[in-house]
Amino acid sequence: MNVLTTPFLTGTATGAILLLAALGLTLTFGQMGVINMANGEFLMVGAYAAYVTQQVISSPGLSTVVALPMAFIVAGLLGLLLEVAIIQWMYRRPLDTLLVTVGVSLVLQQLAQDVFGAQGDPVTAPSWLGGRISVFGYEWPHRQLFTIVLALGSLGALSAVLKYSSFGRKIRATVQNRELAETLGVSTRSIDRITFFLGSGMAGVGGVAIALISGTNPTLGTSYIIPAFLVVVVGGVGQLKGTVIAAWAVGVVTAFLTDQISGSWAQVITFALVVIFLTVRPQGLFTVRTRSLA
Amino acid sequence: MFRKPLRRPRLGIGAAVALSLIAAACGSDDKSSSSTSPASSPAGSPASTPATTPTSSGDAASGDTCVDGDSVELGFLNSTSGVMAISEQTVRDSLMLAAEEINAAGGIFGKQIKFIEEDGQSEPTIFAEKISKLLTEDKVAAVFGGWTSASRKAMLPVVEGANGLLFYPVQYEGLEASKNIYYTGATTNQQIIPAMDFLKSKGVKTLFLAGSDYVFPRTANKIIKQYAKELGIEIVGEEYVPLDSDDWTTQVAKIAAAKPDFVFNTINGSSNVGFIKAYDEAGLGPDNSPIISVSIAEEEAPSMGVDLTGQYAAWNYFESVDSPANTTFITAFQAKYGTDRPTSDPMEAAYTSLYLYKNIVEKAQSFCVDAVNAASGGVTFEAPEGLVTVNGENHHIAKTGLIGQINATNQFDIVWTSDGPIEPDPFLEGYSWWDPNAG
Repeated sequence: MNVLTTPFLTGTATGAILLLAALGLTLTFGQMGVINMANGEFLMVGAYAAYVTQQVISSPGLSTVVALPMAFIVAGLLGLLLEVAIIQWMYRRPLDTLLVTVGVSLVLQQLAQDVFGAQGDPVTAPSWLGGRISVFGYEWPHRQLFTIVLALGSLGALSAVLKYSSFGRKIRATVQNRELAETLGVSTRSIDRITFFLGSGMAGVGGVAIALISGTNPTLGTSYIIPAFLVVVVGGVGQLKGTVIAAWAVGVVTAFLTDQISGSWAQVITFALVVIFLTVRPQGLFTVRTRSLA
Repeated sequence: MFRKPLRRPRLGIGAAVALSLIAAACGSDDKSSSSTSPASSPAGSPASTPATTPTSSGDAASGDTCVDGDSVELGFLNSTSGVMAISEQTVRDSLMLAAEEINAAGGIFGKQIKFIEEDGQSEPTIFAEKISKLLTEDKVAAVFGGWTSASRKAMLPVVEGANGLLFYPVQYEGLEASKNIYYTGATTNQQIIPAMDFLKSKGVKTLFLAGSDYVFPRTANKIIKQYAKELGIEIVGEEYVPLDSDDWTTQVAKIAAAKPDFVFNTINGSSNVGFIKAYDEAGLGPDNSPIISVSIAEEEAPSMGVDLTGQYAAWNYFESVDSPANTTFITAFQAKYGTDRPTSDPMEAAYTSLYLYKNIVEKAQSFCVDAVNAASGGVTFEAPEGLVTVNGENHHIAKTGLIGQINATNQFDIVWTSDGPIEPDPFLEGYSWWDPNAG
């Protein structure tokens, strides 16, 4: 019945966006010890990429399809720029990266505001996302289904890259033991950069999904960055399985509490649950079996 | 208050610092109505007493006008940077237009307006610092500006401590009356209550409340619920979403299930977009569960990404108001800033505030704060929205309540008007059904 299906389905869609936001974080934190508070702004950049694409290609259907790779590339390149310009000087200094990236996120927000204005711009969803399907009595919007498909598709692509490509093996090797990977001839510098590109690009794709929910605005990243970090710490740093389960769990629990109590209490209670969980299991759901000595 | 995403309220450190700086120069602590304070005798002997600095403590009794020379300095304090800039810049533009017009017509009480512009930076603490600077260093005669309730609350102790004047141009949640602030936007009984009267006249039986989770929607909905009981309208749901949250899908599913006759929308800022999209996706629209909003105006309507034609909004001014004063205002505004610029309720309220100040000063024959306060009651202005009158007791203004319906060009067709201007009642003392202590 509705009591359970509505929060379950809505929460799964929310979890899908959290997953897209958290994938980049878990990769960069796990691999490089970088706490990237500017990751939320890559969501924002992805959302604006969807908006700009729609200004060029007026057909909502085509522009949404084009916006996905566009957002991936634009946000990815911005992430790469951030890595090359700033982050590479402070690897393994998580607190410094935290402070610096908070600053970067403020700069990006103000920049977006100066370029696009604070009002926010509409992004028209294509008509095939406007419909609904009936699931156990709940009229489920297609757009949420699309978000889930998008997240699963991105996840599948990312895990395929990590698992099967030589490049993916190098990423995993770097996460497990950076020094050993280097002695085996892996250029961890270029691996770091590509990881940053991929992670930021994923957030950009998530931004397109957000643009379809709520349009664009310069501060939209700020409301996702904290939940995304919750997902990363609950899931366990540095690998995908935990992130997926944690994103889904945080999404569904929040939606259920929102449905039962209220949106504001849902945030509070979810946060409290995460704190309780972390006191019981500080390493998160799963941990990477690392062979580094540190 | 409203319409734009607010940052989380910061601690009032700036306000506290500013207060301590000016603690010495405080005026009277008398919180009661200004009408009892001593008025200056207009026919005093200004020539014999060289004018002292404006504002600061009330020198009204001495008979001087508190402003020397042939010009008067006023402070315009709006955010021209940060998240609120896009809204507050429109207010700044109207203020500058009004100043230009007043100067061209001879100024205020024969003195040309010189305005000092300050940027509140969308931060309440900055507002407190800047208004302190304007009142104590620049010694301006009055300050015009503020937008969010947080910015007003931060400025309130400073302006009271300095016994200055602030003209605040945005509709807000009421329950406030300072002798040092003039509120030219609507209080709740001029926007929320008229909206409920309109719903009653439409025969609405069931109402769903959707709002952002902060002071304005919570206060508004408290009033709505008590008045709905009085009117016999059933509240079938009440949902809040945090200000920074855009996802309304869960809540909108409840609206779709409840099938209310109307949805009362007190959502703020960009969260509206997520709400309107989810509402549209859920198959809701003006045909089955129309929305009445108090935060969507001419500027916001086109940015929703969904056609809003047929939905409603409650304000005290629409660009479509048919009056000679409004035609003049729109023509002058668009001549100065461009024909693509819409005019909105807070802009009109800001424009009106400067003219009201002019009229009050000219009635008082003085710029002194206490003299201005003594003279303010009953001062009128034929504003673009219609005739407005200052209430000398609570320093709000009588305004006409309007309901507009959005048409295809994102303008509002006015479908309901209150019976003349509504006397401001920020504490709802005149409404027997109102119990501030009830849930």
